[in-house]
Amino acid sequence: MASVHSPALRHHFDTVEQQKDASTLGMWIFLVTEIMFFGGAFAAYTVYRSLYPDAFAAASNELDIVLGAVNTAVLIVSSFTMVMAVYSAQTGRRKALAGYLLATMFFGLVFLVIKGFEWHHKWVEHHVPGPHFHFEGPYADKAQMFFSLYFAMTGLHALHMVIGLGILAVLVWMTLRGAFSREYYTPVDVSGLYWHFVDIIWIFLFPLLYLIGRHNHG
Amino acid sequence: MAEHEHVIKPKTYLLVFTALIALTIATTLVSYVDLGALSVAVALVIAVTTMLLVALFFMHVYYSRRLTQLVVAGGLLWLVILLLLTMTDIATRGWLGVPGK
Repeated sequence: MASVHSPALRHHFDTVEQQKDASTLGMWIFLVTEIMFFGGAFAAYTVYRSLYPDAFAAASNELDIVLGAVNTAVLIVSSFTMVMAVYSAQTGRRKALAGYLLATMFFGLVFLVIKGFEWHHKWVEHHVPGPHFHFEGPYADKAQMFFSLYFAMTGLHALHMVIGLGILAVLVWMTLRGAFSREYYTPVDVSGLYWHFVDIIWIFLFPLLYLIGRHNHG
Repeated sequence: MAEHEHVIKPKTYLLVFTALIALTIATTLVSYVDLGALSVAVALVIAVTTMLLVALFFMHVYYSRRLTQLVVAGGLLWLVILLLLTMTDIATRGWLGVPGK
């Protein structure tokens, strides 16, 4: 560290590195609270799936596996463009940074549009829990529990995606204003952690919601 | 441990990305195979592997300080406690045939 310190360094930190470590740690503490927040939903899912395994398998087969798999891939691509945004920031490439952030937003939007079509389809099929819910076969009530969890979990996930898109939009604006440099890009870094976290939630939602009991019905 | 700013090469990211897509295809295809009770285990092992790749490389946990790694591991430990202790109740309720249940 040179004797003239970086303009990005706040005075209550000793070094830029210490400042960055503090931000990373703080973001992870927040993400741990998010793990526990989604954890409650995953616990509810685990309980009801263990109680009604056949109904969950039957209801899961009503979801569109192709759209689910494509959306998983779309999110993974968006996570890749996000790490490339962080890399561009680390190496001081402003144009590439803005480009990768916009690409991440684009794939995030593609995910939400596909999700919207899926939800609409469920609405048309009367698979939305409530007075108009309808499910063929012996599992009507228990299938409603599956779809309640499906809408709650994918809904909360989509809400996180919308918030992520807002954060990315702010990052693009900050990038264009020249707020980031090779020395200071912490907001890009910690926003990346958030985006990947939301990706990880979907990585669990996809097999748990879409893939159970596929082999029963082909 | 990051003694200084650790810049990971795009090549590494591309490799991880390829693995993530491969795991997604694998979990989708394997769901059509009848593995009985093992199905859940296989799906979860693939999901956890995918999660670890994202966390370790995309989220830089592999290159992070011990303290950050400890916080991440702690968060996951508490999640496991939440799920396991809930299931010890749900799974064992019928074992003793308590009257009036």
